Amino acid sequence: MVASQVLRGRVCRVLVPSGVLGSGCPEEAMSRGERLSPDCIAVDGGSTDSGPHYLGAGRSKMTRPATKRDLRQLMLARDRLGVPLLVGSCGTSGTDAGVDWMAEIAAEIAAEEGLTARVALVYSELSAEALRAPLAAGTITPLAPAGPLDAATLDSCEHIVGLLGYEPLAKAIGEGADIVLSGRTTDTAVLAAVPLMRGLPAGPSWHAAKTAECGGLCTTHSRRGGVMLSIDDHGFDIEPLHIDNQCTPFSVSAHLLYENADPFRLKEPGVTLDATSATYRALDERCVRVEGSVAEPNGYTMKLEGAGPAGFRTMVFSAIADPRVLARIGIWLANVELHLRGGIREVLGVADDAYRLELRPYGWNALDPRPAPAPPPPLEVGLMTLVTADTQELATEIAKYCNPVLLHFPLDPNDPLPSFAFPFSPAEVELGAQYEFRLNHVIALDDPLTLARFRWLNLGAEAPDAAA
Amino acid sequence: MPRLDEIADYVRSKNAGPFWVTIDIFCGDADRFDRLRETAALSPEAIGAIYGVDPGKVLRFDAPLINVIKISFPRPIAQGGAGDVDSHAGQMFVALLSAEIG
Repeated sequence: MVASQVLRGRVCRVLVPSGVLGSGCPEEAMSRGERLSPDCIAVDGGSTDSGPHYLGAGRSKMTRPATKRDLRQLMLARDRLGVPLLVGSCGTSGTDAGVDWMAEIAAEIAAEEGLTARVALVYSELSAEALRAPLAAGTITPLAPAGPLDAATLDSCEHIVGLLGYEPLAKAIGEGADIVLSGRTTDTAVLAAVPLMRGLPAGPSWHAAKTAECGGLCTTHSRRGGVMLSIDDHGFDIEPLHIDNQCTPFSVSAHLLYENADPFRLKEPGVTLDATSATYRALDERCVRVEGSVAEPNGYTMKLEGAGPAGFRTMVFSAIADPRVLARIGIWLANVELHLRGGIREVLGVADDAYRLELRPYGWNALDPRPAPAPPPPLEVGLMTLVTADTQELATEIAKYCNPVLLHFPLDPNDPLPSFAFPFSPAEVELGAQYEFRLNHVIALDDPLTLARFRWLNLGAEAPDAAA
Repeated sequence: MPRLDEIADYVRSKNAGPFWVTIDIFCGDADRFDRLRETAALSPEAIGAIYGVDPGKVLRFDAPLINVIKISFPRPIAQGGAGDVDSHAGQMFVALLSAEIG
């Protein structure tokens, strides 16, 4: 590799320790990565992948101890190497509180380890108020399958974030940041920022970033840590950090399929990566060379994500093993649901449209309600009864009404009273607020920096925090 | 007629953002790729019927380099929305396994 890289001229190396901060990178993989002399360390801190709760509630999916463990490893490596460290989408959803949470952890680590670092915090949370003018001006447009946005939908969101591109991160590093902790950022922008700011071509930079955004998922052993990207003027090389791991042309090219609706054309802020003509070649048994991807510039847009509350849920879980009931489980379920809905209306006095009731028979057809041709009776069915209402109190009241019915409902009215299996006491479990994603739109911007806000911290220094 | 899971090596599904699902069919080799890329069982109409989506919104990509057929469509229920039983859409591929390949 060394000889070929001499021929490739300038190279920018990005150490990607894992797919998400807090998921861990084995120490031996990380220390080998350090020895490969990276130009930066870059990792994603979040995603919408785990659902709307994290953005709606503004909470991190990864635990604080796991996040701190990983951030400590990266801050120590950064300090030894003297290169920038970038963490995107802090706190899972990249809200302002997520960035501040990560900054607080970084400050603790700096104090414990005696590290000094200049830290740029880049925020991208947006208020519904701030988006009204662009909405009225028509610069916010839907992505399929969404429809046009209205102000009421903006107002209904608990949190709204814009996905930063690479430009605000590059600006922060250009102004001397040792560590950049950013709000919601495209996974790829975090990894592509340093190569792009150093003038490496957009096609290889974005393609490399897309390949490595899930860390080791583009390798043959995804739990052995992340990868090293070496981007040059003609393409990029990728290899696993861990010596006992491999990138193959198949593992690298197949990763472009993962979680993407379109595997060939990928939209990023201001650019579309076109990997249709990309070639993948094994350099040896663990490194792959990728060439031929191009990036087409287009109008700069920032994607918006927003989540708002959609009621409160309470769940009852019960289970059935009685073969006589299971032989006619479809009929039993239909009858129990009819009985429950009638009782909620007549006994509790709750209108049909004031709640949502779902019976999900796991082991029968909870995941696929289409009728199967003559299905055999299941051995057991776990029945999740899920109630959603405007308040937790109402959801729980309805669930409590369901409880004895679910315990004793007979297959035939003349049957002796059955009792089914309940694993919990109390039977009802309050699930709290439910959130839903409400935005699937982009905002057109003249300047990629317009909606990014910066704050600077000097960790380990005597100077107080300075606003920039 | 053989089922999809009797021909393809591996089929998976995953959300592609909160509003889309994508299904990857790893055919295994060029012969099976050619056979599966022609079948009506994987047409937008067939996919629309199985998943309850408008066939006009079903996207199809063929990746001959790795013998993969990729099918993407808007989720009938957005991730985490009311009634969603599979947040990551990780089990949605199962409904396609029994498709009969003519």
